[in-house]
Amino acid sequence: MLHTILFFIFAGICVAGALNFLLQSHPVNSALSLIVVMGSLALLFLLLGAEFVAAVQVIVYAGAVMVLFVFVIMLLNAGEEEHTRGNKVALLLGVPGLVVFFGLICWTLSSARLQFGQVQIGDFYVPTNDLGIALFREFLLPFEVTSILVLIAIMGAVVLARRERQ
Amino acid sequence: MIPLSWYLILGAILFAIGVASFLIKRNIITIFMSIELMLNAVNLTFIAFASHWHQVSGQVFVFFVMVVAAAEAAVGLAIVLSVFRTRETLNVDQVNLLKL
Repeated sequence: MLHTILFFIFAGICVAGALNFLLQSHPVNSALSLIVVMGSLALLFLLLGAEFVAAVQVIVYAGAVMVLFVFVIMLLNAGEEEHTRGNKVALLLGVPGLVVFFGLICWTLSSARLQFGQVQIGDFYVPTNDLGIALFREFLLPFEVTSILVLIAIMGAVVLARRERQ
Repeated sequence: MIPLSWYLILGAILFAIGVASFLIKRNIITIFMSIELMLNAVNLTFIAFASHWHQVSGQVFVFFVMVVAAAEAAVGLAIVLSVFRTRETLNVDQVNLLKL
């Protein structure tokens, strides 16, 4: 019962934030509603027993990545977006396709619902040291590869954002 | 106790909204943010399945998705900066050449 109530509260906040993200025309408003979505997703992660991932979601996503986005929006002084012809084409073709896509996912999920079963609070709880053991034993090679990816991304960002000398 | 498919449908809703805003929005920064929204929806699905099958590896995958998303945000925003420096616009309809 408690799980249902909490799920509906946070899922409602999530969907409302995402719709607000879609409907706002100013980028700063979109960014702030995306932060709301990420925060409530962190609480849903907590309900599913992933406490460390929830903390990382708040720190990395809602903290670092979105601060970077808001910083760039303010740096470039992005205003309201204007509506153009490409916008109308996307609305005409994209939205029906999207409705079909979403309906297909929902149909598949509801037809396989009995195989999935139920989830419960406290049923599956991952302490941080279990996660660390899995990350540094089983997934050591992917971990090292991602560290190289981050290094390349840092260098790429520095090279791209550098001002060219005339 | 709730069905797992509710979490999956919530993930599908968020992903669909992300795709819709990717198609409809014309501001390049907002398009980037809708990619982040889609990645978050996928993360929710990963965590839900990790909880369903009692496997830690689903949560480890979420870390990798987060790392890739952070790297993508850094590189993408650097590209946005250099596009804005040469074009003086953020509208993707006016950025139709591969040349910077």
